[in-house]
Amino acid sequence: MITLNIDGREFKAEEGQTILQVARENGIDIPTLCHHEAIEPYGACRLCIVEISKGKRTRIVTSCLYPVEEGLKVKTDSPRIISNRKMLLELLLARCSKNKVILELASQMGIERPPFKSEYLEDNDCIVCGLCVRTCEQVVGVSAISLVNRGITKEPASPFLEPAAACIGCGSCYYICPTGAIKMEDRKDTRIIYNWKVEFKLKKCKVCGNYWAPEKQLEYIRKKWNLPEDFFDICPTCK
Amino acid sequence: MPTKLNSKQDLEALQKELANKRGTGKPLITVCNGTACHPYGCAQVIESFNQELSKQGLENKVDLRTTGCHGLCEKGPIVVVQPGDIFYQQVKPGDVPEILSETIVKGNIIDRLLHTDPITGSKVVHRQEIPFYKKQKRNILGNNTEINPIKIEDYIAIGGYTALAKALFEMTPEQIIEEIKHSGLRGRGGAGFPTGTKWESCRHAPGDIKYVIVNADEGDPGAYANEGLLSGNPHSVLEGLIIGAYAIGAHQGYVYVRNEYPLALANITTALNQAQQLGLLGDNILGSGFNFTVRINRGGGAFVCGESTALMASLEGKVGEPRAKYVHTVEKGLWNRPSDLNNVETWSNVPVIINKGADWYRTLGTDGSKGTKIFSLVGKINNTGLVEVPMGIPLREIIYDIGGGIREGKKFKAVQTGGPSGGCLPESLLDLPVDFDELTKAGSMMGSGGMIVMDETTCMVDVAKYFLTFLEEESCGKCVPCREGVKRMRQILNDITEGKGNEEDIDLLERLSATLADSSLCALGATAPNPVITTIRYFKDEYEAHIKEKRCPAGVCKALIHYYIIEEKCPGCGLCVTACPQEAITSMGKKKPVVLDESKCIKCGACYDVCKLGAVGKE
Repeated sequence: MITLNIDGREFKAEEGQTILQVARENGIDIPTLCHHEAIEPYGACRLCIVEISKGKRTRIVTSCLYPVEEGLKVKTDSPRIISNRKMLLELLLARCSKNKVILELASQMGIERPPFKSEYLEDNDCIVCGLCVRTCEQVVGVSAISLVNRGITKEPASPFLEPAAACIGCGSCYYICPTGAIKMEDRKDTRIIYNWKVEFKLKKCKVCGNYWAPEKQLEYIRKKWNLPEDFFDICPTCK
Repeated sequence: MPTKLNSKQDLEALQKELANKRGTGKPLITVCNGTACHPYGCAQVIESFNQELSKQGLENKVDLRTTGCHGLCEKGPIVVVQPGDIFYQQVKPGDVPEILSETIVKGNIIDRLLHTDPITGSKVVHRQEIPFYKKQKRNILGNNTEINPIKIEDYIAIGGYTALAKALFEMTPEQIIEEIKHSGLRGRGGAGFPTGTKWESCRHAPGDIKYVIVNADEGDPGAYANEGLLSGNPHSVLEGLIIGAYAIGAHQGYVYVRNEYPLALANITTALNQAQQLGLLGDNILGSGFNFTVRINRGGGAFVCGESTALMASLEGKVGEPRAKYVHTVEKGLWNRPSDLNNVETWSNVPVIINKGADWYRTLGTDGSKGTKIFSLVGKINNTGLVEVPMGIPLREIIYDIGGGIREGKKFKAVQTGGPSGGCLPESLLDLPVDFDELTKAGSMMGSGGMIVMDETTCMVDVAKYFLTFLEEESCGKCVPCREGVKRMRQILNDITEGKGNEEDIDLLERLSATLADSSLCALGATAPNPVITTIRYFKDEYEAHIKEKRCPAGVCKALIHYYIIEEKCPGCGLCVTACPQEAITSMGKKKPVVLDESKCIKCGACYDVCKLGAVGKE
């Protein structure tokens, strides 16, 4: 066990845990946008920065990635952290000036509008946190999409911006996206994920007649787990 | 090609044989075949020497050696004649017959090919007396002029690979690490981390498989110090790498070299093959029982791939994106295994330290920075080129004594060290001793050794905008502060240079800078504000002139300047009329001043440049 101090309180933690994990287990709130417990930490949004000190040395680290150490002192809301976090949100707000999630987060930090000229504000929903890409790779295991380009043109995309051939239509990217940047729609017997230019036929339940999941996704799961051919003929509700 | 060397004795015997062959007493002509001399036509000069030597029946009486970069790139192609250390510059193929018939045969100096000192205006005959070379300490670059980089025989003849033999047979890995630690060598790639400590951590990191890597992804605009070394003396880098691998316990090495360096890539590839053939790489090196192989990987041109974790991701075949280094790469680097990455220049310091000893090495430099440092001295300076100076030398000596001062007698304004994310230092800091810590204190950094000199015609806001534009394009885009912050800073700077800045902009730039420095994922984002912070710190008056007076004091920012004809000086010669691409200037007849229509003017400055009478004004 490791003992560390977060915001003046002592906590016990397991070796290998991150500061963010320990903080959240103990009810200390650190904001994040690119983090999800099911996925490897990435450190892109930087909102989870905290100030740490060991001995005399103080520095800023991302709590989602920093492994706890014996005797570590952590401050999650020092003036320096608050000022940086505020600027990070201002930057995100300038990119996503009409996005509800970002607007809400910004308003919690007391930001009314970003400090940049209004002609430069953009109306984007994607913050390039990569959660969609990482979920598709690490959780779903199909890697149908990836982050393309570099710098300010970086974005999640299907290969060559054509319909994502490997996509199974599971919609994990849609569900995990923190800002609602992925547009998905189920229209009766069809699922459309607009971002990856894909359409999927939905499976109809033999009992209730509801369309309940993409056939391609069910086929993927059935093969992966070696399930009988009729396994998904009935939806989970009717089973 | 000599046969495989199976022992230290084999190497010593070969070295003796090759050294004897060199000391023939014949006159020797050395021609620079470095990257910067190529556009000046050094290949044609070399070809001309080959033809002319046989034409004049001298091919067996004179040795001709093509070498790597000599450093004084401004004046290439460079030819040095021995005996006498006679230095000829800007040599054309047409000069070659005369060099042979006059200098080689008769011993006469050809005056027009000599170097002229830009400060005193006097001609200099001998290389060592040229001020450019005099104040340098060419411990690392010096051998560039002594060897043909694609001949391992040349490198061995001057004592190459003796440091490796010493390390393998006379020293334990721990002793080597101790020696490097004691030398005080710090990483030449930018961060200046102590090399010996890095090696030690990697050696002690748990794991059987470890890697050593040469970072040759030099991507700073205007910097080519690593190129000059890798193409001019590739074996020195390789020898350092093998010694490091032995000390760390690695059996696989990588050279990550950018594909935009064709000569460096070709020469390190040749060096690798030769070392393998001679048994200096591969299994049982020199019969020591130590096995080590090296692979060369070409970088695709992303600036961020010079960052260690991005470089390792790229080596793994992934997108070159950095990751947090809370677990150091010496513990979990390439393929999650302990990996030691050092810069080209760092590696080539290693054989020198092993051969001459850490105590000798420590005599050069300052308390915190030992040895020498190679800089690419470029910009508005007379002697552009590669220079190697002892740590601690004042900037003034590099710029004025070695660099020969500012071009066209103009006034010095600033020097930028450390590449695009370095800082711009003003005249008041010219006596700053150049070492890792002093540069950092002044708001700049050592970086990988870029040094860009700017004169009074440079606008510092425009400079900051230029570097931020470069970094905006080169940011990998992974983290918010770098991707979004650099873009916003560039937009603000752009507005200021267009006269659209307002008084809050400086504060906002400073706030953005603080957040980028504090919260970026890697050093690219964290140091990106440096050009902005330092230009605000040292040249705030220029920012204020742009913002408050809508004026560019250096006359660079197009939106803030206008050109006009000074009628009393204009004889109506019409040179500007021809030069103007917009037909904005009209001739009013002989001996009458021309007329400039400002509504058509695109402010390209062609009229201003072409008028020798100063009749075109700019404000």
